[in-house]
Order: sequence, then structure tokens, then C-alpha cells
Amino acid sequence: MPTGDVVPALEREESDDPFVLGGETFTSRLVLGTGGVASLDALKRAISASGTQLVTVALRRVEASASGSLLDVLEQSGVRLLPNTAGCMTAREAVVTAGLAREAFETDWVKLEVIGDEDTLLPDPVELVDAAEQLVADGFSVLAYTNDDPITARRLADIGCAAVMPLGSPIGSGLGIRNPHNIALIRKLVQVPVVLDAGIGTASDAALAMELGCDAVLLASAVTRARHPERMALAMRHAVEGGRLALGAGRIPRRWHAQGSTQVAGTPQL
Amino acid sequence: MQLIVNGAQMDADEGTSVAELVDARAEGRRWVAVARNGDVVPRDLWASTVVRDGDSVEILVPTAGG
Repeated sequence: MPTGDVVPALEREESDDPFVLGGETFTSRLVLGTGGVASLDALKRAISASGTQLVTVALRRVEASASGSLLDVLEQSGVRLLPNTAGCMTAREAVVTAGLAREAFETDWVKLEVIGDEDTLLPDPVELVDAAEQLVADGFSVLAYTNDDPITARRLADIGCAAVMPLGSPIGSGLGIRNPHNIALIRKLVQVPVVLDAGIGTASDAALAMELGCDAVLLASAVTRARHPERMALAMRHAVEGGRLALGAGRIPRRWHAQGSTQVAGTPQL
Repeated sequence: MQLIVNGAQMDADEGTSVAELVDARAEGRRWVAVARNGDVVPRDLWASTVVRDGDSVEILVPTAGG
């Protein structure tokens, strides 16, 4: 486990397979959400183990938060911050929240979430597209959390979102990728980065996302609520890297019948 | 005058600025954001923005989130 001196995440060496998002280049294709973490020490170790260079944060009322040390941890980790609009249910709320995040974090980047209800936390596509249009027009780099619907994703990309982030399954559900075909369709339909966001339960889910062609994976609960967050963070790092490598390497075709890998010629008659 | 700050009713003197409200709750805190009646108050306007009776002010700080 990497527990020694931490190299600031954004200062790592160039990769031969860089991830370009919003004009910035990342070597890690894992975006880590900080929500649900049991302690700041666990978060710090998870960030380090994950290799992430981009983490999500939120804004909440001052009384409810112990923000100072959270920011210290994130600054020490050298990661870039991606504020979210979690909890917003209308375009107006999300636009104002993004404006507040821009003030607080001095970044034009925003993970745009506009949810339709509090039971499913599923995105409301009508409000989402409305908010995305307003924010793009106002100069934001919008990373839009969306349903696994290719048409909505294409709308968001056409508007000018910096990335579309389809869910694998509902936030925090750990149900994995319920519609892999749609995720692959989204990857084919849009030119902007596709980040699988929400629903990841374990490492194989993250690997599948990358094998489907996603450019990156965003996950929080799968790490922060794991029994061993640091270990799961490392697992996710390897899963994302493994899935990406497998995609580039090219999987073999699926076959109905077996095909031996040992040559038949020269088989002895016994 | 009466204000609602982060959802709680409070008394405030006439002429109170957004900057004073922030200092009372988030002094020394970095990366604070403020909304007044549902609109962003940019940081460079905190000192010159005087709140009025009945205003609703949200003073927000970073927290962990997914």
C-alpha cells in the first residue's frame, strides 16, 4: 500500500494513454467522490491508493460541515476539485449552486446533477438539459451526470458539455452497470468523454465500464463505504487500468463452441 | 430586523453586510460561498452588500460529496 510520501497527483509523469477532459490532461482515469467517507484519514489513504487526480466535493451550510480539514487533505493530495450540484431538483437550483461552487472553489468545472426524486436519485433529463444549456452559455465546463439514455447523452454533448456521465445504476446502489449496451451506444454516439458515474459496486463493474469504452469511471460509495476503503481504492485503480488495457488490446470474439489453444497437428495416437 | 441565515431566524442590526454575516460564522474559513434570496453574492461584493429585513442568506462551505 502506498503510504509514504505522496507525489501530488497532478504532477505525475505523462501517460502514453492520456485522458483529456475539459482541456486538461490526466494520467488517471478514475474520478473519486468523497461522499460517505468515515474519516478524513481514510479518505486521504483512499485517494492516495486510488491514484485519482480529480475528486468531487459539495457545498453545504456552514454549521453542518467541518470543511477546514477536508480541504487540507485534498490540498495535500494535490488533486483537482470537481464541485457537484448534489441535491438539486430544478435547473434553477443547479445553476445557482454551480455559481456558488465557482465562487467557493474558483473553478468553472461542475459535476451537474439534477435529480428527479429522492428515492431513486435518478436524473431529471428535462431540468438537466435546461441547466446544462444555461451553464455552458455561462462559461462552465459541465460534466453532466445523466441517465443511461443515449439520446439524452447526445443532447448534452450537442449543447457543449465537457463530458457526459451516464449512470451504471442508481447512486449508491452498488448494482453495477444495468444496461451495458446503452453505455456502449453512448460511447459511439458522442465525441466528448464518457465517464461512467454511479452504481459501481466492485472492481469488476469498473473494469466493465472501461471495456465498454468509457473514458473514465467516477465512483464514491464503492470505495468510501467499503469495509477497507484504501484496499478497494487500489482495486478500483487496477480495475480501471485493466479495463482500459483490455479495451485497447482487443477482446477475442465470443464463440458458440470451444476452440482449443493447443494445436491439433501432432497429437499422438495412444 | 429579522433575517433567515442558513434556515434559522435571527436578529440583525440595520446595515449589516454579507461580509459581517460570513465573519460571524465562517471567519478564517476558505472557499466560502454566499447566496442571498436565491442569488449568488460574489465574494468581492460581500462587504458592500447590505442585507435587508426578511432576507434569506445561505452561507456555504465545502463538504465531502460524491
